Amino acid sequence: MALDLQALGHAFEPHTYAVGREKIREFARAVGETDPVHLDLDAAAAAGHPDLVAPPMFVVVYCSSAIEQALRDPAVGIDFAMLVHGGQEFEWGPLVLAGEQITTQVTVADIHERLGMGFYVLASRSTNQRGELVSSGTWTQIVRPRA
Amino acid sequence: MKLEPGVALAELRVTPDRCATARYASASGDFNPIHLDDQFAQSVGLPGRILHGLYTMALLARAQTEALGGPEHLKRLAVQFRGIAVPEQEIVINSIVKERAAERVIVSATVQQQGKAIIRAATVELEV
Repeated sequence: MALDLQALGHAFEPHTYAVGREKIREFARAVGETDPVHLDLDAAAAAGHPDLVAPPMFVVVYCSSAIEQALRDPAVGIDFAMLVHGGQEFEWGPLVLAGEQITTQVTVADIHERLGMGFYVLASRSTNQRGELVSSGTWTQIVRPRA
Repeated sequence: MKLEPGVALAELRVTPDRCATARYASASGDFNPIHLDDQFAQSVGLPGRILHGLYTMALLARAQTEALGGPEHLKRLAVQFRGIAVPEQEIVINSIVKERAAERVIVSATVQQQGKAIIRAATVELEV
């Protein structure tokens, strides 16, 4: 399985995501969050937040278009049908609140072959409208060879 | 709760209902048919629709933030996805403190379904 390494180090165009209250509620319910700071404005205010707080794993929502762009780029050359999500790491900074604008840039951190499979590692960095780093992510995708 | 090495955080048990993958697909934007369509999933060698790995990671994150009392405590989470997780079977998450240095707590966690690990090498960093 010869991997095309031309995309290694490539930085994609940043994507900006506008965080909405109802999207936070929808995500929080989908993963069963019970903390009312994700669901109820009064509870968020009582905890000192001016709007609903996104759960930490909401990172996948505001990163999704930036990650999708990288995964589907022909220069990266991922065989989408054979893709499995191998590993994931996130680090979080300040909380993300409804009403914020989160800008994510994705780079191709690594492409290598191991055990006959292709490993594609994408790195994401997401900043809020004040320029603070709210999260960084390491997304490891594994592409199995076609039989 | 004193977060010293060896202390276990509250266990989380969740049984995703049959609509869990549809709800997570809509919330996350990941509409890969392996999570939504039993026939398609079987055509690529899976037993049927499977859960999104990032959904199981979100349950793991929730186990931590609920135990600590808020989302601001979770600073880092790293996992490897292994095996296959399915709807309508209970998922059990156990977390145990490994290290404590001032305000930082390192936790190691297991995420299992039907006695098998669905996430490996889960490492959590919490700020207290």
